[in-house]
Amino acid sequence: MANLDDLYREIILDHYRSPRNRGELDGATSRTEGFNPLCGDELVVYLVVRDGVLEDIKLTGHGCSISQASSSMMSAAVKGKRIEDVRHVIERFKAMMTLHEDGAEGAPAPAPAPDLRSDGELAALAGVVKFPVRIKCATLAWNTLAQALDEATP
Amino acid sequence: MSSFDPRRVRADTPIFSRVINDRPIVYLDSASSTLPPRPVIEAMDHYYSGHHANVHRGVYQTANEATDIYEGARLDVGHFIGAPDPHHEIVFTKNTTESFNLLARSWGAATLRPGDVVLVTEMEHHANIVPWFQLQATHGIEVRFVPVRDDYRLDLRDLDQLLAGVKLFSFTAMSNVLGTRNPVAELVAAAHAHGARAAVDAAQSVGHQPTDVGAWDADFVCFSAHKMLGPTGLGIFWARADLLEAMPPFLGGGGMIADVRTDGFVPAHGPTRFEAGTPPIAEAAGLRAAVRYLASLGLGEVSRYEHELTEQTLELLASTVGDRVRVIGPADVVDRGGVFSLDVEGVHPHDVAQVLDQFGVCVRPGHHCAKPLMRRFGLAATARASLGPYSVRSDLDVLVEALVAAIKLFG
Repeated sequence: MANLDDLYREIILDHYRSPRNRGELDGATSRTEGFNPLCGDELVVYLVVRDGVLEDIKLTGHGCSISQASSSMMSAAVKGKRIEDVRHVIERFKAMMTLHEDGAEGAPAPAPAPDLRSDGELAALAGVVKFPVRIKCATLAWNTLAQALDEATP
Repeated sequence: MSSFDPRRVRADTPIFSRVINDRPIVYLDSASSTLPPRPVIEAMDHYYSGHHANVHRGVYQTANEATDIYEGARLDVGHFIGAPDPHHEIVFTKNTTESFNLLARSWGAATLRPGDVVLVTEMEHHANIVPWFQLQATHGIEVRFVPVRDDYRLDLRDLDQLLAGVKLFSFTAMSNVLGTRNPVAELVAAAHAHGARAAVDAAQSVGHQPTDVGAWDADFVCFSAHKMLGPTGLGIFWARADLLEAMPPFLGGGGMIADVRTDGFVPAHGPTRFEAGTPPIAEAAGLRAAVRYLASLGLGEVSRYEHELTEQTLELLASTVGDRVRVIGPADVVDRGGVFSLDVEGVHPHDVAQVLDQFGVCVRPGHHCAKPLMRRFGLAATARASLGPYSVRSDLDVLVEALVAAIKLFG
């Protein structure tokens, strides 16, 4: 049985209660909207990208604790990084959120967690994968960021 | 309390033996789908075990039995809603949504002209909104909305002006988000006074209160088997016989024709004209059992019982978690069903539902396919708890226990 503590880790609740990098961003070089049509979650990612570096990031919107915490933790993990490094973090995070079939029963099991220690607190979100319906909550911000980067750095 | 005994219904309903996260299941999601009692499940089993054959075509014994079961369901569900002539008025569809699409694509497309108005309400399910917007795009009709007041009831002050130019007034008997019950007969009469037809979404009401299409004087009524203790995959479209006979077919294919030649086809008469392809026969057997089961309980008794439980729920929520939990729906129990859309301060509905699941409590987070209504009240989502004839007071106690835990977790 998946335990609620696996989902609502203290660090996740902390980011939910005190989200980092909230608000609109003056002088943003891009503004990208993300939606989760099933639950009505909405997110706007503001970026300042200069010389191949994600100089600044801010987020607005509303959603559940998982989507809010994930977007807050994402912003802390990618701010100031080179774009290619940001893309690597996105890839590692999405790999962590990927289910793979486990044996004959076909029960979903978490993929082997990639090493996210270098990305700080993100590993705390690994438990989300035990709650498959919540994966889309955790990935909303990341998919929106990936889209923003595609638009900002063609 | 009335003489109705929900424990009998629980004993008849196999899913209540389920244990979720080490706790007995607390099912509070009947507005999404009701739980079938054993007679419904057995009726479908018996059909497949002893009678299965395609309907309407065979000469052999089991094919005749299958046809009798299927047509018997049409008769029984018709009588259940007071239809005077079920064999000429009841069409089986896939669900309430398909029933509304049938209404829009057949009656609507054949009847409505550019500039004609379809009036709906702000508290409609998307099933009674989107098909009309589709007709707006293809046929140039206008879609107009009756607003909802701050007390979660329809604002009928300007109904006469709203009905000007209206060809169809299509509205819900009971909101799947608010629990609000609308004055169906009064609204139908207002529509008729303006020369408009009236369609009623009875999906939320049909399993919880007696339905009499004659007393409503409605022209069209749509609902689903799975919201009245029956199986999924079967919807009902009722239309007055003269209106149905004038409606062109919507889906073409086998079973809906009188004749097909190389130069065209002639549609069948009556409801089968709208039932192209092999229909949901086992589900019709299940619906028949559901109708009999509900009749044995007595819909009046069910309605009175759920009314008492609704009153208790509102009192309990107010006295325990009232400072943090807002019920998005009428605060009084007059003309109100057992649907409770909860807005928990500081806790997102998905998180509420996730914590409740740990207590075995089944509620639904989301916009409940009613986004115009959610937008009207500035909400993206709610966590919705809803009652059925098997709901009991202890379900509500666990709901409150779980809500307290959710509030504590998120601070």
